[in-house]
This record gives sequence, C-alpha cells and structure tokens, in this order.
Amino acid sequence: MELYSLTIHQLKEFLHKKEVSVLEVTRAYLERIKEVEPQIDALITITEEFALQRAKEADEKIKNGEAKDLTGIPVIIKDNISTEGIRTTCSSKMLENYVPPYNATVVERLLEEGAVILGKSNLDEFAMGSSTENSAFKTTKNPWDLSRVPGGSSGGSAAAVAADEAAFALGSDTGGSIRQPASLCGVVGMKPTYGLVSRYGLVAFASSLDQIGPFTKDVTDCAIVLNTIIGHDPMDSTSLKIDKPDYTSYLKEDIKGLKIGVAKEFFSTGIEKGVKETVQKAIKVFEDLGADIIDISIPYLEYALPAYYIIASAEASSNLARYDGIRYGHIAKNYEDLIDMYMTGRSEGFGKEVKRRIMLGTYALSSGYYDAYYKKALKVRTLIKNDFERAFEKCDVIVGPTSPTVAFKIGERTNDPLAMYLADIYTVSVNIAGLPGISLPCGLSDGLPVGLQVIGKHFDEGRIINVAYAFEQANKFNAKPQAIGGAR
Amino acid sequence: MKYEAVIGLEVHAELLTESKIFCGCSTKFGSEPNTQVCPVCLGLPGTLPVLNKKVVEYAVRAGLALNCTIANFSKMDRKNYFYPDLPKAYQISQYDLPLCSNGYLEIEIDGQTKKIGIKRIHIEEDAGKLLHENTDGSLVDYNRAGVPLIEIVSEPDISTPEEAYQYLTKLKSILEYTEVSDCKMQEGSLRVDTNVSIRPVGSKELGTKIELKNLNSFKAVQKALEYEIKRQIKVLEESGTIIQETRRWNESKGITEPMRTKEEAHDYRYFPEPDLVPIVVTEEWKEEIRQSLPEMPHHKRERFISEYGLPEYDAKIITSSKKMADFFEKCVAEYYSPKTVSNWLMGEFSRLLNETGKEIDEVPVTPQMLVKLLKLIDNGVISGSIAKTVFEEMFGTGKEPEVIVEEKGLKQIANENELREIIKKVIDENPKSVEDYKNGKEKAMGFLVGQVMKATKGKANPQLTNQILKEELSK
Amino acid sequence: MAISKCEVEHVAKLARLKFSAEEIEEFTVQLSKILDYVNKLNELDTENVEPTAHIVPIHNVFREDEVKPSMDREKILINASYTENGCFKVPKIIE
Repeated sequence: MELYSLTIHQLKEFLHKKEVSVLEVTRAYLERIKEVEPQIDALITITEEFALQRAKEADEKIKNGEAKDLTGIPVIIKDNISTEGIRTTCSSKMLENYVPPYNATVVERLLEEGAVILGKSNLDEFAMGSSTENSAFKTTKNPWDLSRVPGGSSGGSAAAVAADEAAFALGSDTGGSIRQPASLCGVVGMKPTYGLVSRYGLVAFASSLDQIGPFTKDVTDCAIVLNTIIGHDPMDSTSLKIDKPDYTSYLKEDIKGLKIGVAKEFFSTGIEKGVKETVQKAIKVFEDLGADIIDISIPYLEYALPAYYIIASAEASSNLARYDGIRYGHIAKNYEDLIDMYMTGRSEGFGKEVKRRIMLGTYALSSGYYDAYYKKALKVRTLIKNDFERAFEKCDVIVGPTSPTVAFKIGERTNDPLAMYLADIYTVSVNIAGLPGISLPCGLSDGLPVGLQVIGKHFDEGRIINVAYAFEQANKFNAKPQAIGGAR
Repeated sequence: MKYEAVIGLEVHAELLTESKIFCGCSTKFGSEPNTQVCPVCLGLPGTLPVLNKKVVEYAVRAGLALNCTIANFSKMDRKNYFYPDLPKAYQISQYDLPLCSNGYLEIEIDGQTKKIGIKRIHIEEDAGKLLHENTDGSLVDYNRAGVPLIEIVSEPDISTPEEAYQYLTKLKSILEYTEVSDCKMQEGSLRVDTNVSIRPVGSKELGTKIELKNLNSFKAVQKALEYEIKRQIKVLEESGTIIQETRRWNESKGITEPMRTKEEAHDYRYFPEPDLVPIVVTEEWKEEIRQSLPEMPHHKRERFISEYGLPEYDAKIITSSKKMADFFEKCVAEYYSPKTVSNWLMGEFSRLLNETGKEIDEVPVTPQMLVKLLKLIDNGVISGSIAKTVFEEMFGTGKEPEVIVEEKGLKQIANENELREIIKKVIDENPKSVEDYKNGKEKAMGFLVGQVMKATKGKANPQLTNQILKEELSK
Repeated sequence: MAISKCEVEHVAKLARLKFSAEEIEEFTVQLSKILDYVNKLNELDTENVEPTAHIVPIHNVFREDEVKPSMDREKILINASYTENGCFKVPKIIE
C-alpha cells in the first residue's frame, strides 16, 4: 500500500497515530506527481517548496496535539481559486503571470486546518468547457485512458485525484464542472447548494451559478472536506448563515424507506447505452437497500441547457470585462489608442471558447435583445426551479446519470461547440436550481467509469451523503485507472 | 415665436460614510494615490462586494427629506462599460428599481413657491480618477473607486436657468441638512449634469435634448443654461435643426461647445448584480431613519424666529445653509446676542465668503473666534469699525482676534486725557467747522468726529470721542 | 442565420474584442448555430412567469460602515505592467 493511494480518513489515522509524518506523506505525493505528471498533465503549478514548508508546520501541529481533520493532508486547488503568492492563471494567457495578493476564503480555511497545498490544477480557460481542452497551457489526460479527456472544466483536479496526485482537490462547478469530470475520472465530486461555500476568491465565471466543491476518493472524504470548507463568509453576500452540520454523522448505510426519485428526462437525450445500463443497475442497488423508487418528472429539463448558456455567458461577459491589462494580466504591446489597447490585449489574452461565450453573453444583454434572451432565460430558470420543487414533494433525492457518455476522445468535440455543450445536459439544471449534487462512480462501461448523480434539496447535503455512502458501501466499486501505474 | 425651455438636472453626491460602498477602504479625500485601495475595490479576480448599510440609510434619509416614496424592494444592477477608471469594467448601480422615487422639493421664484419633481434617487459606486499631468500617458488613482454616491434625477419641471440655480441651492442645503453629503463641488463630492431642450410656448412636444458637461459651480450651470437656451432659439429662428449632442461649458469663453462625440452609442447592458442580494426597506426601518432625520431648513427657520427673536429675513438667510446655522447657534450659545451675531454672519462674514467662493467650514474662523471678537467690541477694546479690519485678518490668516489687535496696535484709545489732547488739536486745525457747529450746523459734528478717527486711525472710542468733543466745543 | 456578420462585428466592439475577417465568418456561423439552439426557449410561454435572478431568496446582507486597513500600495501595483508615481499607467487620454 502506497501512502499516496490512501484516503483522507486513512491518512488521518496514520498521521494522528504518528505512524508517518506529514513530511513523509508530502514527499511521497511530490514523488508521485513527478512520476505521473508527464502522462497526465493535471497541474499548472507545483508548489513543492511551499508544500514542504507547510508539511513541517503541520507536523508541529500534530506534535502539539492540535491536529484537525485536514492537518497534513495534501490537496490540489483548481487554478481559478485565488492563492496568495501562488500564481493563479485560470488556464488563460490573460493571467499567465498573475500572482494574487490574497487567499480565497476556502483556501484560508484549508490552511487554517493545516492542509498541505501541492499545486494548482489545470482547467478549461476560465472554467468554460467540459474537457479541459480549452486550457491555454496543456490538455489534461484521463488516467483511465490517456487518449481521452478527463472532462471539465475541473479536469485537472479530477484527474489529479484519480491518479493519486493528491488526497483530495478543490474544483468549481458552474454547469457540471465538478460532477462531470468526477464522473469521467471515476472519483467522487460534489457541488454544494448555492450559498453553502463562500465564493470569495473564486475567479467568477457565472456568479449566480458558480460554487466550489471537493473531489475525493470516497464519500467519507467528501463529508470530511465539506465540514471544513462550508459556512457563512462575511465577504460573500450570497453565502448563507446556517448551522454547520457534521456531515460525517450522515455516513450511514441505512436508507430503508427513503424515497428516491428517478426522472425519465434524465435518460433521454444522447445517453450512451452502457451509461444507461450501468445507472439502471445502480438504481437496482437502491431498491435492494430498501429504498422506494419513485417515478418523477422534470418536464422543463430540456430547456435547462439553453437557459444555462444564456445566463452563464451573459454573466461571464460582464465578469470577464475587467481583464484589460491595466491592473493585472496580459496587456497589448502594440496598439493605436485606448480602445485598441483593450481590443488587442483582450483578443490576445483570451482563447476561442472564452471569446465565443463573451460574444454570446454580450449579445444576449445588448439593447433590444435583453428581454428575448436574458430575461427569458431567467424566467425559464423559474420554471426549472419549480419543477424540482414539485419533484421534491414526492421524493427525498433524485438519482440519474451525471454525464450522458463516458470519457470521450481528445479532439473529438473541439470543433463543435454545441456537441461539447451537450456534455453538461444532466448537470446544468442542478446549477440553474441552485441545488446540491454529487457524482460518484457506479460502474464501468467499456472499461471507463460511469458516474451516478444524486441530487438533493437545498442544503440537504447530509441526505445526499447518506444516500451516496449507502450506495458506495453496497456497490463496492473498486476498479482503478489502468493507464498509469495506479496502485490503490 | 416665443420659446420655453425644459431643463433636467442630474446631481451626483458622494455620501459621508467612513468606508467605501462595498469594502472597508477609507473614503477620506486627498490621500496619496492608490493608498485607499484593496482587492475588492481594485476588482481583483475572485473578489466580491458587500453593501455598506449606511449607504442605504443615507440614501433613504435623502429620499425622505426630498418627499420621495421609498421602495420596499430594491436591487443593485451592473452597468457595463469600459474605461480605465472603472476597475471591474462595470459600475454597480441601480437600474429599474431605485431606492427612492417620486419626490419633490420646493423653490421660491419671484415670491411664488414652485414644486420641482424628483424622479428618482439611486445608489452607486464612484469611479477612480484619471490624472493627465504626464505627456506620455495618463495615470490612474483608484482611491475614489467605490466611494458611495447617490444620483438624484429631477423631473423636467425646471423651465429657467434661475430655477435651476434655485433647485441646486435648495438641494444642496437639504443634503447638507440631512448630513448625507458635504456637497463640496471643488472636491468633486457634488457634481452636476444638466440637459435642456426648447419648445414653442404652449407646445406639448419636447424638443431635442442637449446635455451639458463641465459645470463646476451652480453659477456655471445657470450661465451655461442661459447661453444654451439662447443658442438653441437662434438655431431654430434661423430655420436650423438642433442636433442631439453633449456640449461642454467653456467657462473662460462663456460659451458651450460640442464635445468630441464618441463614435459608438452607449449600450450599458444593465442586468441584476448577481453578487448582491435585494434590499428590503421595511416600514420599521424607514421610520427609524425618519426619526433620525435632523431638523429641516423650514423648521429651523421658524425656531430661529421664535427662539432667538430673529427677524424673518435674517432667519431665512442664516438657515439657508446648515453650516451657517450651526455656526450661528454655536456663537449664540456663548454670546447671547442673536441679532449681533446674525448681523455679522450676514454682513462681513458673508461678504468675504462670497468674495473667496468658500464655505463657512473652509475658512479658519471658528465660532469661538467670532465670539471673542464681539466681546472685544463690547469691552471697548476695539471699535466696531476696527473690528471689521480685525475680522478680515482673522478670515485670511486664522489668527485669534486679540493677537491681531496686539500685533497691529489696534487697541481703542479710551484714555480720556490722551483723547482730549487729540481732540483739542483737531478743533484747532478746523476752525471753520467749529464755527459751523456753533452756528447750529449739526453736520459739522460728524465731520469733526471723522477727523478724530482719521487722526487715530479709527482707534478712538466713539462714545468718548463724542462726549469730549461736545465738552470742548461748548467751552 | 440567426445573427448577421454586421451584428457580430458590433457585438465584438461592445465586448472589446478584435477579430480577423475569417474569425468573424466563423463566429457568425457558430453563434448562429448556438442561437438557433437557445431559441428553443421561445417554445415556452413565459408571459406570467417571474424571472429568477437569485436562486436563494435572501435579502439585506450588509456590512457595517467601518474602515478596515487598505492593502499596501506595493501589493496593489505589483501585477500591473505599467506604473508611475504610485499610479497605474495607461495611454494618454484626452477628455
């Protein structure tokens, strides 16, 4: 058993019993990163020195009996989450040399607990994409098949956890950017309820949809990380004041009598046969556990994706307007006047997909089109929200596939933006409605992982964890990525 | 044909909060560039705004003082445009649901009261400042970025430049009274834009609107409007057409000039600010704010009449500015002679303020200093006319009155013997006037007093001078 | 085409983006396809539906009016390419 293949709860035990030091764990991970990174390309920045420094401090904490859940646990942070003194690029040429002078609230919380940051992970530029191919720096490969994408936009974080480059990782999810890569890489990924985790320091893509969440190796770890990162933040007006539950108290195998909703709409558009069958088998597992399977319907689901693209792009067009190179970021070298400085610099700094979305969003907000596009999309948002509210009158959670397909080939969809957008068809509605959702591996199809999505009511993460944990214990998915030396 | 003007005014006032609208940076004016800046007001990637509660309270306060309806439900919106002084490339403002709407204020024109409608008051953030001293580039200072503003938009009820001037004066006085803004135009904490169109008298249709910029004082607003209305009438009378444009007031030439038009039309792409939640002003909160409103000008005026026995005219002038009214009350608290204080404030003090274009709190004279001066007069240390000279010196240098009196040797001559010697000399030198006086010409007395004053450089005690003169002349 | 070349050029200018002639062609085709897809929303009658801007219905989140220390100017300016006299520097602007 290698140190780097352990879960957080396993590592924690070794560390707290002082059977191994944080420094040893950190070195093992840094070695692992050096070994697999040439194949995976999950990371943009490796913070070796910082990690070793933090490891020593964590060892001190443990020695002094001040150890907490995440003390000494190695973590990788998606490169659109602000880290003080550590380059935060958003995988964009625009921010290639940007070093933030402040930490995101989630980073502060991890550092306070004594977690060890190993590096920053690759993503689709500004989190726009579903394959991590839109990175300006590198394409991350799926550890299960190096010719395939890891999903996106948090593909670097998902691949890093799948390839044992960190015990856990943080990502962000605007339309599926945690759950879809988690699904494609065979790890656990959760998007919490909008407002549960502070967005302060998360470089905004679509402010009303963005949410930070964890990638872990199992559901128990997911509960542990959630305990640390959630909670009200006075720096984020949309973060809610709620009593902090202990999510590990929901790690129970009993789900007898629980009402699990299955919506036919989640099995319609473009779903692969293998994915459908694997998810149906998973539903059977719930039945065997004594849960009630209830047929529900989300009639407006098919409108979630077009509404999402309008809302997300409109907000993005405004959020990304600040990149003019004056205060930070790429600035044009040759230009005629002020307007040309803006246009040249921005066109050089942004990649194609980012420009496409800025264009779409600008158009949707522009004079004469606001009502037809943006306002319309916000109204459809109401319809989808109502759909879920009605569904949750009949059931406690909803389950279905996370992604309609398993990991697709690198380059397969890069020339067809719409085909790429369809990768999010089952995940965007959850962001539109602000709900929590988890993806956990439920089996393989053609040797590639299939993700099961569990969606809950607002702030009902505890119930999701209960359902996911029960399934994980019963299903015993223990396949490992074979493309790399994946000892687990 | 006779024409009438339709004038609209947009006033931006910086609110008197300690910290900025969305972060804890100080709003202090005049600090070193970029020293009151943090990741939030610099718009660094990932940062988020959190609304300052005082900003809402101040805006509601202004709204209540201006008889507005306070929105029960209000929200913030983003106004998108690119400019180097705008760090996020959008200004957080309010679009379709402003905090206050449908108010009015009253002005007096030729003894008649006229109501001017206030269309809306909304809150927003200020932009940074561009400095143009360099030749090879412009510099950006973001200290002002994020300072809270209210924008007050009038209804087009104003029909003359004089009314515009009265509206602005009244508005400023109300904003000062409510203590929401210090309204210092030279520091940019009050800024005025105006638009004007003309139409034939009796016509219901509106003419083409011209916006005017670069208005650095209320007088400039009035003059620019006067010029612009004449210009528009001339264009129409010469069968020309008025082109919709923004014009700049050129103070030195006294004319408005077309501004170089930006080729593209603005499209601000307003949409609800997703990073901020709606604002709900409940009845309780609104009442709480109403209770905290300071005394308004007309109440103060009535109180000054009844409590201090000031004539109505005095009370009106003194209370037209809150700062002046406060100054008055501080003086009266230490020196209970309201009419004397009011005479000084309306006389010498106002004259010098007008000459220098300053506000009462911008000059070094404090209420305590004025009181000291008045006491020097009462105690016979200086005469009333010398006091004016002393006051001018106080106004310019900030020195205490007794120091000035001492330094300049302005002490009144109240020594009887000393004064009698001087008077005797004056009598000797002016036999003609003495004779005139003795022949019953009372005016000659005045001339002789004047000669005594001249000889003493105004320092002679007037009562004593009169008394001794009479004694000496009757000898 | 759901969007014309001319509109694409206008939107590019609004968004402060610059494209070559080929890119404009490409964007016109792609954006048209995307707009055709999102026009699916027009199938729905939303006449009496309220728009949802905030999914979690909270209001009145404020901070108190308290001054907090600002950031050191050095840190404020550190990521800028051009600075002078404690300021950010941009091309000469004539107002």
